[in-house]
Amino acid sequence: MQVEKFYYDNKIVKAFSYAAVLFGIVGMLAGLLVAIQFYYPAATFNFAPTTFGRIRPLHTNAVIFAFVGNYMFAGVYYSLQRLCKARLWSDKLSWIHFWGWQAIIAAAAITLLLGYTTGKEYAELEWPIDIAITLVWVVFGINMFGTILTRRESHLYVAIWFYIATWVTVAMLHIVNSFEMPVSLFKSYSWYAGVQDALVQWWYGHNAVAFFLTTPILGIMYYFLPKAANRPVYSYRLSIIHFWALIFLYIWAGPHHLLYTALPDWAQSLGSVFSVMLIFPSWGGMLNGLFTLRGAWDKVREEPVLKFFVVAVTCYGMSTLEGPLLSIKSINAISHFTDWTIAHVHIGAMGWNGFMAFGLFYFLVPKMWNTNLYSKKLATNHFWLGTIGIVIYAIPMYWAGFTQAQMWKTFTEEGTLKFQFLETVTHIIPMYVTRSIGGLLYLVGVFMMVYNLGKTITQGSFTANEAAEAAPLPKNATHHREYWHRWIERKPLAMLVFSLVLVAIGGILELVPTFLVKSNIPTISSVKPYTPLELHGRDIYIREGCYTCHSQMVRPFRDEVARYGEYSKAGEFVYDHPFQWGSKRTGPDLAREGVGRNKKSDAWHYNHMMDPRLMSPGSIMPPYPWLLDDPIDTASTGAKIRALQAMGVPYPEGFDQKANKDLMLQATSIRLGLKGEKIETPADREIIALIAYLQRLGKDITAAPRQTTAMK
Amino acid sequence: MSAIILLLFASISVAALFLGAFLWSVKSGQYDDEASPPIRMLFDNKPGSTENKISK
Repeated sequence: MQVEKFYYDNKIVKAFSYAAVLFGIVGMLAGLLVAIQFYYPAATFNFAPTTFGRIRPLHTNAVIFAFVGNYMFAGVYYSLQRLCKARLWSDKLSWIHFWGWQAIIAAAAITLLLGYTTGKEYAELEWPIDIAITLVWVVFGINMFGTILTRRESHLYVAIWFYIATWVTVAMLHIVNSFEMPVSLFKSYSWYAGVQDALVQWWYGHNAVAFFLTTPILGIMYYFLPKAANRPVYSYRLSIIHFWALIFLYIWAGPHHLLYTALPDWAQSLGSVFSVMLIFPSWGGMLNGLFTLRGAWDKVREEPVLKFFVVAVTCYGMSTLEGPLLSIKSINAISHFTDWTIAHVHIGAMGWNGFMAFGLFYFLVPKMWNTNLYSKKLATNHFWLGTIGIVIYAIPMYWAGFTQAQMWKTFTEEGTLKFQFLETVTHIIPMYVTRSIGGLLYLVGVFMMVYNLGKTITQGSFTANEAAEAAPLPKNATHHREYWHRWIERKPLAMLVFSLVLVAIGGILELVPTFLVKSNIPTISSVKPYTPLELHGRDIYIREGCYTCHSQMVRPFRDEVARYGEYSKAGEFVYDHPFQWGSKRTGPDLAREGVGRNKKSDAWHYNHMMDPRLMSPGSIMPPYPWLLDDPIDTASTGAKIRALQAMGVPYPEGFDQKANKDLMLQATSIRLGLKGEKIETPADREIIALIAYLQRLGKDITAAPRQTTAMK
Repeated sequence: MSAIILLLFASISVAALFLGAFLWSVKSGQYDDEASPPIRMLFDNKPGSTENKISK
């Protein structure tokens, strides 16, 4: 057969790699800043865009979608062309994809800093950006499937399956979780409320980890690790099993983020069971990666690329062992809401994602610039600095998480809680200091890499279009023994549909019953929609990212009931668009902030928001002085009420017209109350709305304890 | 809670289906050629190299 000559596009790989390095540094700097804010609250600079609640989403979005996203595209586009023996399907689409993704990142950075957020973790971006993400993702998909369809190699190598599964699943997750009702250009309310929002959000949230941070990177591992070691993957069969088992099991694991919450028990158990099962495919993949180096460990001693890959794959194994363990309810009871989770995700993020990225860059740059790495020694130093950085980051966080959980749960002999919440925070501040040093070392390593790669680039010459040759695929090839798997391998579109069906079965079975079976969400007759003022307060709460440090979910444990009050019920959240249960308690839970022994006066809240350390010395919460000056955006009240009405929140007909009158009435009564405490403030300030919201929290359920079920 | 029974039933049958498909595919020789793809991906198909001719 006549061989065809064609050219691989290296330029797009270069562009995505540069973007990945740039945004990696930005994201890690943001991470370092928030880490410092834990023990030095002045690092928020009394400036809204640099407070923890806004920088933390910037950090997570930057490292996940900008850093990992860009290097994922670089790795996918480099390996896909070579595995398909074809140039990318369309250069134009490649560049639309590139610039589209960078524009999304820029828009994300600006809007997050300005406080435009949906309030759903890892899905904070507002609806116009959500639409842009969908469009760019479709462009990526067309380009990828176009390349696969025009390939010159009939067999689809295992890495390509991982890329396909990534594309399909992320598209589905993103669309389902981003259903939202726009209020204005940069404000929307989640379509789902309360428990259902929580289930959808963590179904998305966990699968963002699975299909954005794991499957594409596994595909990259299955291509670049054998390439760097110049030996085939340990077991190709194992890689096939790894793939199918992983995509089948992953989609079910989401509810393990909601153990002991108001989510129905069966959904929690389902999430636990599937999470535990995930050990098997995950460890199969890890061992497959590590065993690929059997008999070649001498290469690991010499080659920095392999050093990074080995630690990355090991960290993948550690995170995927720990993940299932944390999904066991009795362990989760200790770990959840503490820094244990932070340690866990950073083993994954810094170890697995970060080190895979560094290995990839050290591999790609010399290849594409036709030279050797400027300094292997420097790269090895980067490796050790990074590894030590991860250890110094993770150990204090495990320690802090375990310590704090034990302190929360400790009772005195008289049967009262031994520690105030604040004591449990100030106790672990030394761990926060140490963690930031670990992060700093890791970041210094990245700068060493930038220098090393920069030197490599200046000494080499870049091949924008790399020549290759291969025979085209025979037309209508006949096979004597046609098996389903072979058939699927040659039919990417069928494969796409098949994967989608597989993944959808998992998703639907988990989601549909919660939507349809009303008995899963008991309604409580005393639970009423928020007043317009409380609604504004809630939106301020979301805007400032309060949920990044405060949960609103009292779990049914003795210590939590003693500390916060009655445990949370599903029926309390039916008007919460979006839910604000949170995932971390850097500060105390706020679900019962407006009632019982935790209730504070309006004046306390006023002073506390102005400077938290006035009211609780030693607190690490940042001050929010602008809330005292900025007026409530009353122009949007009507639109907010109408948006919520459209989603079934039972405000009376025509309430949107009267809402501002109601708002001023409530605000004035709070103003008068504050005046009695010698605090003079106009009624239309944001602080008034926030106080109204905080005083509302937990109130409804105490009004009438009788719980009814909506079914029948 | 009847939903959990439905879910268990559905998930176990889907899992069983895939286990069956896997066993069948192994028995029927589906993975007979699991040797060449991981090796072929190691070649770079540079112009003029012989490996280009052996690709299927």
